Amino acid sequence: MATIITITSGKGGVGKTTTSASIASGLAMRGFKTAVIDFDVGLRNLDLIMGCERRVVYDFVNVIQGDANLHQALIKDKHADNLFVLPASQTRDKDALTEEGVEKVLKELEHQGFDYIVCDSPAGIEHGAVMALTFADEAIVVTNPEVSSVRDSDRILGIIQSKSRRAVEGREPVKEHLLVTRYSPKRAHEGEMLTYTDIQELLRIPLLGVIPESEAVLHASNQGIPAIHQKDTPVADAYLDAIGRFLGETHPLRFVDYEKPGLLKRLFGGK
Amino acid sequence: MSWLSLIFGEKKATASVAKERLQLIIARERVGLSGPDFLPDLQKDLVAVISKYVKINPEDIKVGLEKQGNFEVIEVNIVLPEIR
Repeated sequence: MATIITITSGKGGVGKTTTSASIASGLAMRGFKTAVIDFDVGLRNLDLIMGCERRVVYDFVNVIQGDANLHQALIKDKHADNLFVLPASQTRDKDALTEEGVEKVLKELEHQGFDYIVCDSPAGIEHGAVMALTFADEAIVVTNPEVSSVRDSDRILGIIQSKSRRAVEGREPVKEHLLVTRYSPKRAHEGEMLTYTDIQELLRIPLLGVIPESEAVLHASNQGIPAIHQKDTPVADAYLDAIGRFLGETHPLRFVDYEKPGLLKRLFGGK
Repeated sequence: MSWLSLIFGEKKATASVAKERLQLIIARERVGLSGPDFLPDLQKDLVAVISKYVKINPEDIKVGLEKQGNFEVIEVNIVLPEIR
């Protein structure tokens, strides 16, 4: 059985694609055969974040419409074994993603022995976003500590609870996880920013992890290497912890408490 | 801003305001995605029913939604024509 994980948020620019790339990479690093699919037809970016943009020949829509087979369209990741990328089409219309077409591709991936299928949702609550969450078994809701992101996350949770296959067919509901990204412990500590506990209280879903705001994310995307590979950075470690928790392990939260810099650090700088 | 805060700098702790606002709006949107949307239809239906008994203008019925503590109250105001 393949597990379908949808990475979603409602709001744009909160870190869905960054998270999709890192979660998919993290699962593959743990030895699971993993595929990550870009559902953002017309605005594809997962290929850039994964660093495979120059190897795209066929895309998701080509496979749905039978112009290419899955084997031709899947791009093998350079940084992790067991990981494959299915890019979105850059030229087609969002409506090219039909429910039957998406289901067919997901079934075929399952047939090919994939353990996890990570669906990178587009922003918004329109067709593309709904297609990305329709077949979800689990959903990771990416939220920034900021009012519009929290509200949109709540909205997308409502849509998961009403429009997913699991909801429509009255099966066990989609398992929801909260991932807080771009978190600044200092600003939260000083009361300038919603804390991760505030967000969890508001959205009322289990917390998968807190990813700190960090320069490492931009370095990663600049190079086309998923952030989880930026060794020994808080971002990578926070994603690795989140993967562990997703797989049922217990890891205490890191990088969420603000420590006042000591005198030496203040005098001589350093990060 | 006082001279003290000019010297020491002042950060505004606005997160609590954000949380309060979100609590209200999220609670409202959770129960009421279909909520106030039905008010125009309700108004039309009320006009139709009341017109069977009293001659009124559609604009003489005002329907509104109000929050009182934890309750949402639908307020219906019907102005009957003046008796001459």
